[in-house]
Amino acid sequence: MHRGKGMKFVGDSRVPAERKPNIPKDYSEYPGKTEAFWPNFLLREWMVGAVFLIGFLVLTVAHPAPLERIADPTDSGYIPLPDWYFLFLYQLLKYEFAAGQYTVVGAVLMPGVAFGALLLVPWLDSGKERRPLKRPIASGLMMLGVASIIFLTWESVDEHDWEAAAQQGEIVDDVEVDETAEGYEIYQSQESCIGCHGGDMLGGAAGPNIFESDYDKDAVMDIIINGADGMPADQFEGSDEELETLAEFIANDGQDPNGDDE
Amino acid sequence: MLQKVYDWVDERLDITPLWRDIADHEVPEHVNPAHHFSAFVYCFGGLTFFVVVIQILSGMFLTMYYVPDIIHAYESVYYLQNEVTHGLIVRGMHHWGASLVIVMMFLHTLRVFFTGSYKKPRELNWVVGVLLFFVILGLGFTGYLLPWDMKAYFATVVGLEIAESAPVIGGFARTLLAGGEIIGAQTLARFFAIHVFFLPGALLGLLGAHFFMIRKQGISGPL
Ligand code: HEM
Repeated sequence: MHRGKGMKFVGDSRVPAERKPNIPKDYSEYPGKTEAFWPNFLLREWMVGAVFLIGFLVLTVAHPAPLERIADPTDSGYIPLPDWYFLFLYQLLKYEFAAGQYTVVGAVLMPGVAFGALLLVPWLDSGKERRPLKRPIASGLMMLGVASIIFLTWESVDEHDWEAAAQQGEIVDDVEVDETAEGYEIYQSQESCIGCHGGDMLGGAAGPNIFESDYDKDAVMDIIINGADGMPADQFEGSDEELETLAEFIANDGQDPNGDDE
Repeated sequence: MLQKVYDWVDERLDITPLWRDIADHEVPEHVNPAHHFSAFVYCFGGLTFFVVVIQILSGMFLTMYYVPDIIHAYESVYYLQNEVTHGLIVRGMHHWGASLVIVMMFLHTLRVFFTGSYKKPRELNWVVGVLLFFVILGLGFTGYLLPWDMKAYFATVVGLEIAESAPVIGGFARTLLAGGEIIGAQTLARFFAIHVFFLPGALLGLLGAHFFMIRKQGISGPL
């Protein structure tokens, strides 16, 4: 580049008038089969990138991102699960030596030491040798770290009840319970029922949504009288007619069976 | 025509050296998969960057629909997922991209580690890399809450419990992230701000430093 005396500028700007040729540098003198990044290598990268992108788009269409039901902070029975790449940290907290009073060990100490060491790797392994087999301690520790992460993630996936997890998060169709129906009124006087199935009949502390399964009136009455899996028998308080009205109301998906709407 | 426009601008602003500085560098044989297939391990850094770009772009489109408050967050994600044309793809790209960026970054870290590329003179770039690692994990943690569904909420509850168990700074860290006693409206607003402004800002700054150092030092030589 021309500098100093005799330099010409574009107008009164500081841009030199003399143009540089716009051609890539020549790397043929470099050792080995060196090539220019632009445009030779970048073009090839772009082609690989395009194939990668197509595969990625196919994945997103084939497997839509999951969405569970809206957060309900009062649902304390929900089994939590972080995204998969945090599972190893989460799993660590399930072992006795890293849980309870030792939570600090699993939550802070062990990850802290591991990630702290990762940060300081250039100073922990400061020898000149670069080949992994020539620095067995560094390579060994890294392999150990990777193996632990894989093991912990595996254990976590293995221990988790995926069916229950899918069920507890499912988006449930809102049931519009007819709150003017006689059956609804009768239900509201049943403290024991409410205790488990909730005041709205849509599930609660210990029982599921009452309308979840499709039973007919007789089946519902049978369950109320004789109990069911995990549900005690003879909890209903009231006359037989009331019991019948309630069962009919439940079998009719929360709509008044005598109501004239629809 | 395009050439003329370019020349016209270049004559006045001398832009050629600017982009030539970025574009002109050599790709040595030992990192080029076209010459040695095993050199594909050197592509993981570039692939990580590629997915980061996907995340930024898809994230920008997500914010066109997403509303960061506890009443509308879930509804807006549900709407985007089920009603908006191609909304499924936009959300899908951001969701799967989040996993992919972790995978790629992990592989890149292993490549750098096992080729001993963090050694003198590249110590600083390794440190910047580990900071990038933390930022990406932070993006994953904060982004997970945003759809405000069951798994989002309860994973955050656990995450904040873990943060709280840290000695000395635990309580402070929890309050800083949750924005108060309960995990609710404040928490969502904070996680949104952290996910969309603070961490991406840090990410871009660190990436700038990362790439600057790579260009300045060149890629490490063959083993
Ligand atoms: C968002 C995350 C990251 C991106 C986008 C990224 C990108 C890149 C790219 C494109 C390169 C050029 C060589 C290659 O592709 O392998 C590189 C090199 C490097 N990266 Fe990263 N990186 C990231 C995270 C990390 C992490 C987590 C570490 C380490 C803990 C790291 C440490 C390094 C080092 C030391 C080099 C120089 C290697 C050499 O000269 O051989 N980077 N990075």
